[in-house]
Amino acid sequence: MAFVPPARHLLRAKDLADARYFEPLDVDDMADAAGLSRAHFSREFKRAFGESPHGYLLTRRLERAAALLRSTDRSVVDICLSVGLQSVGSFTTSFKRTYGMSPTAYRTEFPPAAEQARVPACVVRVYGLPQRSTFREDSATARG
Amino acid sequence: MIKIANAQLWVHDQDEALAFYTEKVGMEVRADVTVPEMGNFRWLTVGPVGQPDVSIVLMAIPGPPVFEPETQEQVRTLVAKGVAGTVFLTTDDCQASYDELKGRGVEFVDQPHEQPYGIDSSFRDPSGNHLRLIELRETATT
Repeated sequence: MAFVPPARHLLRAKDLADARYFEPLDVDDMADAAGLSRAHFSREFKRAFGESPHGYLLTRRLERAAALLRSTDRSVVDICLSVGLQSVGSFTTSFKRTYGMSPTAYRTEFPPAAEQARVPACVVRVYGLPQRSTFREDSATARG
Repeated sequence: MIKIANAQLWVHDQDEALAFYTEKVGMEVRADVTVPEMGNFRWLTVGPVGQPDVSIVLMAIPGPPVFEPETQEQVRTLVAKGVAGTVFLTTDDCQASYDELKGRGVEFVDQPHEQPYGIDSSFRDPSGNHLRLIELRETATT
């Protein structure tokens, strides 16, 4: 039988966040994808990837929102909802804390990267991730 | 003239990887040779049908005397975390290839979506290796 390192199951949870961030996904869904209990999962995920599953999911949503702000003219509300977040207030707060400016200010600050170079989608997703920060003030955001 | 012949992926289980790349991705076996005098080292390569001069080596993660146990474990973990490398595949029809592979149970990370260079998607092999499947636009250069 194939040897499966424990991290392979955790990667499934990380992939779920990357693949389905636009759905009302939460940490319980990620734990299910890894086949682990919620508490054990959160601990192991953080050990493997250096960030809590909640933090990773929110960061992914913010990164996708930032990409949409750069590459589309869709409204902030529309973008917030389309990355799986329900509360525009929490979204704006988390976005400001992460990127240091409001979503609209961010949009005017950054021209689309595609105008400068053809960058593969996976590079945008990985290198576009904002620096990790704490999200404990808005624990409701990722669930919302 | 220098050309690419093979590129290597670490895999956790060669039989599992072989089944995945042939039965699910639709590649063909190029070489499957076990060498008894080299500790049963197994040289296993697969490649896309119709592209005979490029292969992927499905390499088992060796223990001693090649890697000491700590290195072996580190490589295993890095592959399982999905950070050991990426293979970029192209296809004529991303949606059709996605439907076909998805129907065979392949774990996709990205569904086909528009990008400036074409239609992009990605999936994992059983070990955790990342493969992108891209339909490039006519005008795009890689």
